[in-house]
Amino acid sequence: MKLKMLSLSLVTAVSLIFLSGCEMVVFQPQGPVARSIMELINWSLMWMLLVVVVVFGLFGYIVWKYREKPENMGYEPPEEHGSTVLEIVWTAIPILIVIALTIPTVTTLYDLEDVPAGYEEKEPIVIHVTSADWKWIFSYPEEGIETINYVNIPEDTPVLFKLTSAGTMQSFWVPALGGQKYSMNKMETELYLVADNPGSYMGRNTNFNGRGYAQMEFEVLAQTDEEYNAWVKEVKETAPELTEEKYMELLKPTHLGRLTYSNTHLAWINHAEHDSELVTDPEDYRYHGYQGKIFDQEEEKDTTDVENNEEDHGGDHSGH
Amino acid sequence: MGIKWDEILITGDPIILGSQIAILLTTLGIIGGLTYLKKWTWLWREWITTVDHKRIGIMYIVAAVLMFFRGGMDGLMMKAQTSRPEMSFLDAQHYNEVFTAHGVIMILFMAMPFLIGLMNVVIPLQIGARDVAFPQLNALSFWLFFSGAMLFNIAFVVGGAPDAGWTSYFPLAGKEFSPGIGNNYYAISLQIAGLGTLMTGINFIVTILKMRTKGMTLMRMPMFTWTTLITSVIIVAAFPIFTVALALMTFDRLYGTHFFTVAAGGSDMLWANLFWLWGHPEVYIVILPAFGMFSEIISTFSRKQLYGYKSMVVSIVAIAVLSMLVWVHHFYTMGSGALVNSFFSITTMMIAVPTGVKMFNWLFTMRKGRIKMTTAMLWSLAFVPNFVIGGVTGVMLAMGAADYQYHNTLFLVAHFHYVLIPGVVFAVFAGLYYWWPKMFGFMLNEKLGKWHFWLFVIGFNVTFMPMFFLGLNGAVRRAYTFSAESGFAPLFLLSAIGSVILAAGFAVFCYNIYWSIRYADRNISSDPWDARTLEWATASPVQHYNFAKLPEVKSLDAFWYMKKDNEGLTLKDEEIEEIHMPSNSGLPFLMCVAFGIVGFFLIFEWHLLAAISAVLIIAGLIYRSFDYNDGYHIHKDEIKKTEGAWRKMEGKVNNHVS
Ligand code: HEM
Ligand SMILES: [Cu+2]
Ligand SMILES: [Cu+2]
Repeated sequence: MKLKMLSLSLVTAVSLIFLSGCEMVVFQPQGPVARSIMELINWSLMWMLLVVVVVFGLFGYIVWKYREKPENMGYEPPEEHGSTVLEIVWTAIPILIVIALTIPTVTTLYDLEDVPAGYEEKEPIVIHVTSADWKWIFSYPEEGIETINYVNIPEDTPVLFKLTSAGTMQSFWVPALGGQKYSMNKMETELYLVADNPGSYMGRNTNFNGRGYAQMEFEVLAQTDEEYNAWVKEVKETAPELTEEKYMELLKPTHLGRLTYSNTHLAWINHAEHDSELVTDPEDYRYHGYQGKIFDQEEEKDTTDVENNEEDHGGDHSGH
Repeated sequence: MGIKWDEILITGDPIILGSQIAILLTTLGIIGGLTYLKKWTWLWREWITTVDHKRIGIMYIVAAVLMFFRGGMDGLMMKAQTSRPEMSFLDAQHYNEVFTAHGVIMILFMAMPFLIGLMNVVIPLQIGARDVAFPQLNALSFWLFFSGAMLFNIAFVVGGAPDAGWTSYFPLAGKEFSPGIGNNYYAISLQIAGLGTLMTGINFIVTILKMRTKGMTLMRMPMFTWTTLITSVIIVAAFPIFTVALALMTFDRLYGTHFFTVAAGGSDMLWANLFWLWGHPEVYIVILPAFGMFSEIISTFSRKQLYGYKSMVVSIVAIAVLSMLVWVHHFYTMGSGALVNSFFSITTMMIAVPTGVKMFNWLFTMRKGRIKMTTAMLWSLAFVPNFVIGGVTGVMLAMGAADYQYHNTLFLVAHFHYVLIPGVVFAVFAGLYYWWPKMFGFMLNEKLGKWHFWLFVIGFNVTFMPMFFLGLNGAVRRAYTFSAESGFAPLFLLSAIGSVILAAGFAVFCYNIYWSIRYADRNISSDPWDARTLEWATASPVQHYNFAKLPEVKSLDAFWYMKKDNEGLTLKDEEIEEIHMPSNSGLPFLMCVAFGIVGFFLIFEWHLLAAISAVLIIAGLIYRSFDYNDGYHIHKDEIKKTEGAWRKMEGKVNNHVS
């Protein structure tokens, strides 16, 4: 009964892997970064499958063979304390497996810090990513453009994403292109990605940051060089200018659709800098339930902003 | 003080209104029932003021089962909400509160007290002691846990529930992004419960080191005692970190400091580090006692000594040491660099080695045995393959570079449920079926037990197996909904169906308790499983002084050899001596109330009221310092009578096992 159930669930599990495995985004890498991680995952899967097969096999065999049945009620098991040889064996084998997994893990970890192999000679494009509640802001400092909730990149070109956050902690993830990394206020983390082919890839936040978290997605559109350059040119010519007020408005906790601007917010604030101020307003986060005290933040407001500050924080917002 | 009366109760949500009414009715029902049955004095004398480790254990277990119910309902609500794309059963805020409550409750108010409850019941018996080292402190531990748990549980109807996840990461959990008081509940109630846990850790270290009966050397201790000892050491090492972290969080939220808030130079990453410096050892705090229980049960029902006892001990010590050295694996993606991530990948993967050793030792304990398929044993058997799945996916997650793709996805959620449910929940179920007769003098129904088992295990796999694949396909954790285009719908639905089967299993478990209380045979042996350790050498239910004569231990599996050599099983009249026992005390319960009041005021930031009522706590401490009551003696006649009663019955009992 037990064994049948077990083998049944095993068979379903395995067939599920084969049925859906080929379609899962992590197993369909669209760039060298995601591909190197997938190779690591496949290598580990092989070993883990081996472990599962051995342990399940041994388990099934032992439980079946030594189960109590009417015929063996008279059988009294022998006294047995252990076996040094066997215990050394099953300590050594896992150690070997761990070593087999460690080596590629470490090399991949180091590789992922740099421009992906084979793309070193190409000048990477730098894109600053600022995550805010609950949108993604992409700034192209060279090109002088800014996009919200989508990012266009040229294919076959390494892109260096410099990640930071305007407030809460987020995690920047484009599973088809590579692994994720956190974006944090007053901090900058870096992530290289490359897209092999033109195409549209889903990107999203994976680090929970409040009510709007589930929808905090963006699109990565990989284009050919010509398409990309044409897009940049078009944005420069047609997109509106972002003003500081407008930008502060964007940072409020809201969902925005796609927006495009022909300049970047880096001109007046880079949230990655250690002494950048936190420009979000706790009043915007009042929601249901009993409200606690919010503390004055004058220490970190910079001096030019004092009058503004009075206005923002002095008023009574408890009606939310 | 500026109390905003209209904000105190949460209003406007039908589910919450329903819960408020249900809570009110249940409370009235309990009060009415107790009054009608005139049970108030009984409750006070026998339970609330007790310092008896067995009763405290039972109270822990009752509380844990209730919390399992609450946490399980939260789990079902989440599964209902994600059963179809774009469902609108829970909104985002509500879903956030629910998964936060679920995570905290399951780990801190279900798994911990369940295990600590079983430890309380079993450990003093296993080492042949009459109680724990500090019985009244033990009661205080329980009541502080209870105080914290109750505070946490009222959050969703009074003032607003915490909603920043069980990890409560800053900056989100700071006042800048969560100005409501919900997250104060997290800081304060976990602090109170955590103090209780810390005291439990100290208590059990001293108990196990100092109170073992004659002849029980460290290397003759049953495996559950060993794992409890090591767990207690981890508690004492890790919980102070959490205490400090929560205190700093409290300062940030209540008094405007900036330890973790990003605003004035605080570090959000410091919270993540402190949290996981406690949080990872915490998972071993819950897993190690579970390992110990499986060891006892597997050995008993295979009728064989535990295979490789020494390497088992070495493994748990190794796991305990490593568990303090792996915390960064929870945030490889923070960008600490390849060197740091490599180091923590290696330490994490190394935990697989001692765990593997344990796995093989369990398997070889069964080899050449005669495996009796009782319900307790079935849970232990199911643990092996299910935990292996949790373990191998854990190794996959440990590989830093690969984790960049798994992190914060449902792959992770599936993994830790595959560790926590087979590792902890299967264990406490196994332990409950196994030690139930010791606690109550009757057994849980084995047939219902098997229904419970199969429904739960199948339901569990159907619920969580699909989540691995969802995660690899890009579905993230903590998201209250998903779009139809994502293609996640079929597997989410399958998972939701699984959770219904799982819930059915839990329902059978509750029914089993009810059925067994009403109908189970009371005339059973004090050693119904033909077991091996000392807790089975005395009556069931255990008399309050545990042992008339403290047993003497000559080997591992002491009771087994006592039975085999027919030695030390009988009691002669002249061996009976007066027994010294501690007196009951109402103080721990009053401290629970005092901490509850202070905690409540702090949560609502009514500082003046909190300061005034803190006097209650201080008064309790002062009172305790001048408490010279050092217990009472049980007279020989009473012992003679009690011992005569249960010893006479042995041999005339019914067997319900085979
Ligand atoms: C009994 C059946 C259970 C069900 C149906 C269940 C279901 C779930 C679901 C749906 C989630 C949230 C997934 C998401 O991120 O959206 C979750 C999270 C979680 N569960 Fe469970 N679970 C169960 C039992 C347990 C147990 C026994 C434990 C611990 C001992 C546990 C610990 C957790 C934790 C720590 C989280 C993370 C909470 C967070 O993200 O802050 N669960 N569970
Ligand atoms: Cu940081
Ligand atoms: Cu961990």
